Amino acid sequence: MYKSVLFGVLTVSGLVAGAATAATLDDVKARGSLNCGVTTGVPGFAAPDANGVWEGFDVDVCRAVASAIFGDPTAVNFTPTTGQTRFTALASGEIDMLARNTTWTFSRDVDLKFEFTGVNYYDGQGFMVPKDLGVSSATELDGATICIQTGTTTELNLADYFRANKISYEPVPIETSAEARQQFLAGACDVYTTDASALAAIRATFETPGDFTVLPEIISKEPLGPLVRHGDNGWGDIVRWSLNAMITAEELGVTSANAGELSGGSDNPEINRLLGSEGNLGEQLGLSADWAKNIIMSVGNYGEVFGTNIGENTPIGIARGLNAQWKDGGLIYSPPFR
Amino acid sequence: MSELSFVRTEMLPEKEPPAGERGVIKWMRTNLFSNWANSILTIVAIYVLYAALSHILPWFLNSIWRADTLTECREIRDALNNGEPSACFAVITERWSQLIFGFYPQHLYWRPIVSFVLLFVALAPVLYDTVPRKLFIFTAIYPFLMVWLIWGGSIWGLLMVIAGFGVGYLAFRALTAVSGLVAVIVAFVAPVIWWLYPSGLVGDALQSIIPIAIESVESRSLGGFTISVIIGISGIALSLPLGIVLALGRQSDMPFVKYMCIGFIEFIRGVPLITLLFTALLLLNYFLPKGTNFDVVIRVIIMVTLFAAAYMAETIRGGLAALPTGQYEAADSLGLDYWQAQRLIIMPQALKISIPSIVGIFIGLFKDTTLVIFIGISEMLGFTNLIRANTAWNGIYWELFIFVGLVFWICCFSMSRYSQWLERKLQTDHH
Repeated sequence: MYKSVLFGVLTVSGLVAGAATAATLDDVKARGSLNCGVTTGVPGFAAPDANGVWEGFDVDVCRAVASAIFGDPTAVNFTPTTGQTRFTALASGEIDMLARNTTWTFSRDVDLKFEFTGVNYYDGQGFMVPKDLGVSSATELDGATICIQTGTTTELNLADYFRANKISYEPVPIETSAEARQQFLAGACDVYTTDASALAAIRATFETPGDFTVLPEIISKEPLGPLVRHGDNGWGDIVRWSLNAMITAEELGVTSANAGELSGGSDNPEINRLLGSEGNLGEQLGLSADWAKNIIMSVGNYGEVFGTNIGENTPIGIARGLNAQWKDGGLIYSPPFR
Repeated sequence: MSELSFVRTEMLPEKEPPAGERGVIKWMRTNLFSNWANSILTIVAIYVLYAALSHILPWFLNSIWRADTLTECREIRDALNNGEPSACFAVITERWSQLIFGFYPQHLYWRPIVSFVLLFVALAPVLYDTVPRKLFIFTAIYPFLMVWLIWGGSIWGLLMVIAGFGVGYLAFRALTAVSGLVAVIVAFVAPVIWWLYPSGLVGDALQSIIPIAIESVESRSLGGFTISVIIGISGIALSLPLGIVLALGRQSDMPFVKYMCIGFIEFIRGVPLITLLFTALLLLNYFLPKGTNFDVVIRVIIMVTLFAAAYMAETIRGGLAALPTGQYEAADSLGLDYWQAQRLIIMPQALKISIPSIVGIFIGLFKDTTLVIFIGISEMLGFTNLIRANTAWNGIYWELFIFVGLVFWICCFSMSRYSQWLERKLQTDHH
């Protein structure tokens, strides 16, 4: 009975807490900066430079939201979160949004009471092998030793995939990606498996990347995207449409270079609505009319952000693939600005 | 038999021992090759040493200290060292300030540095009895000064905290004539009330009249070695007195105090530190009201302190148990009360016995500060991950760990040497 009283108190305090955070946008505006949760370091996605300034593909989502609200991409406090602390940090209100390589899954969306506001990167689990192993497909990996990070969904995906294909493997448990790299190069395992984006990033750091190859099989769906708490749909809309503004801008050919010029008015009504010269989309979000223009001017459109952080001209060198615009055969697709 | 033809009249000069019985050869024969088993061990050990050094030494000697990226490091290595293995310490050259100061604003680096230097001034009277005793005044002020220097903000907030102690003291003086017990209780309660309610208002008022403030720095900007020192030093300074109190409480005759202390010690010792840290960071967030600004660094310091104090209590209890009963009886026969006996006779001896273990706990605590990486605070090891996540340095490994290891080794080795010096100085038994 005492237990139920205790839980009752906890529930009530939880409800009170939920009500108190209803207007995240007001809190953020009063604070003058956005609290954004990022990773504790994933190459290309989030990392501080030599001056402590955060940069990366996920970081730019935070900067886009800050630009939409304040017109200033630097008005962000970055909070590094680990796999264990990320959800509590978001649920407790320590951060306003999380942009941290987080896979959108049913239980995270429903059970943990979060709202994923879109997908900024479609990832999937892949395999990397040395070329001299002579393997061209994951189905030929029978009996291989595989380096795998413990306690991740990749571990479960791997078990499922090998069982479905009726082949065996020997796991080599690894704690961090830096350790995985050392073990894989030292030959402690034949294969390294993790998300394909991370494989590309690690392969780029090898002295002889050409001696290693990423197998064509992708064995899981890992849609990564920013998320917010349940209970403040207005705030969720701001994060969702900040990301969509970047995607739509790429689709419409609006870049950081020409957004200023196009905002004066163009022949395309959707560009006009996006950049605020027509309609009142910004007002509907509770933001200024030039919110999307600020995002594109200061952070860039989706393609530019992809290109500068993880694209083919960077050391990481990831091809657009699934992350190309829907017109180019990819999955990146934004609902219309109307 | 009596006609001896020759009797030597002077001593022969001493001859040198045979070549096999002196110098290097003798030393090697006795220490390295005394029998066949030891000889084999020696040869194996020499081979292992050679094998290790022949790989590591060239890597160190070829170190590259100036480059902007790992790729550039490799190019320099191929050009200068013919592609032989070379350490790329350029990453330390570029990022050492982050490893030391974390995200602390660069133009304010002087503040942690000044705090660190002043730390030794504050510690001097504690560590060495030849230092003027008056420095203890500075030691008492130092914790507040350090908080102000590191976190910044208005100086009035800091002075209001110090004023709380004054409030407690005044309350004690005013009420001590009425009743000793009431005075003690009020002396503890009054400052808490002061800190909770009027101190903020008074501080703000004074700040608006005479504004003295330095740029404030938030806890999330702390990191690297700085956060380890802050947590480590605070934990060390707070856990020793708390540990003494717990050890005495556990030996107390008062059952309530005794079982409280036993319960606390056994609970904390039965739980891993990482669990306590997760509790501090994650669980408390759910229980505290939304918007409560309970600084994460303070939460970690509290947890680390409680953890170390439980171990400290048991160590000191060991020291207390090692004292002969005669010492307690001697104190009683001199007519000393409990606290006088503890202060003058028991504790000095018990603590002396416990020095090696106490310093062991300090060193362990200092190294445990790296565990905060798991709750998302970027201490030095956390920064090795962040640095590796930058595309310029992705793939660098040993150089960062060697640097971090070296910094920790210097700190822990100094503590260890100091404790050995202290033990020798306090040695009173006659050998």
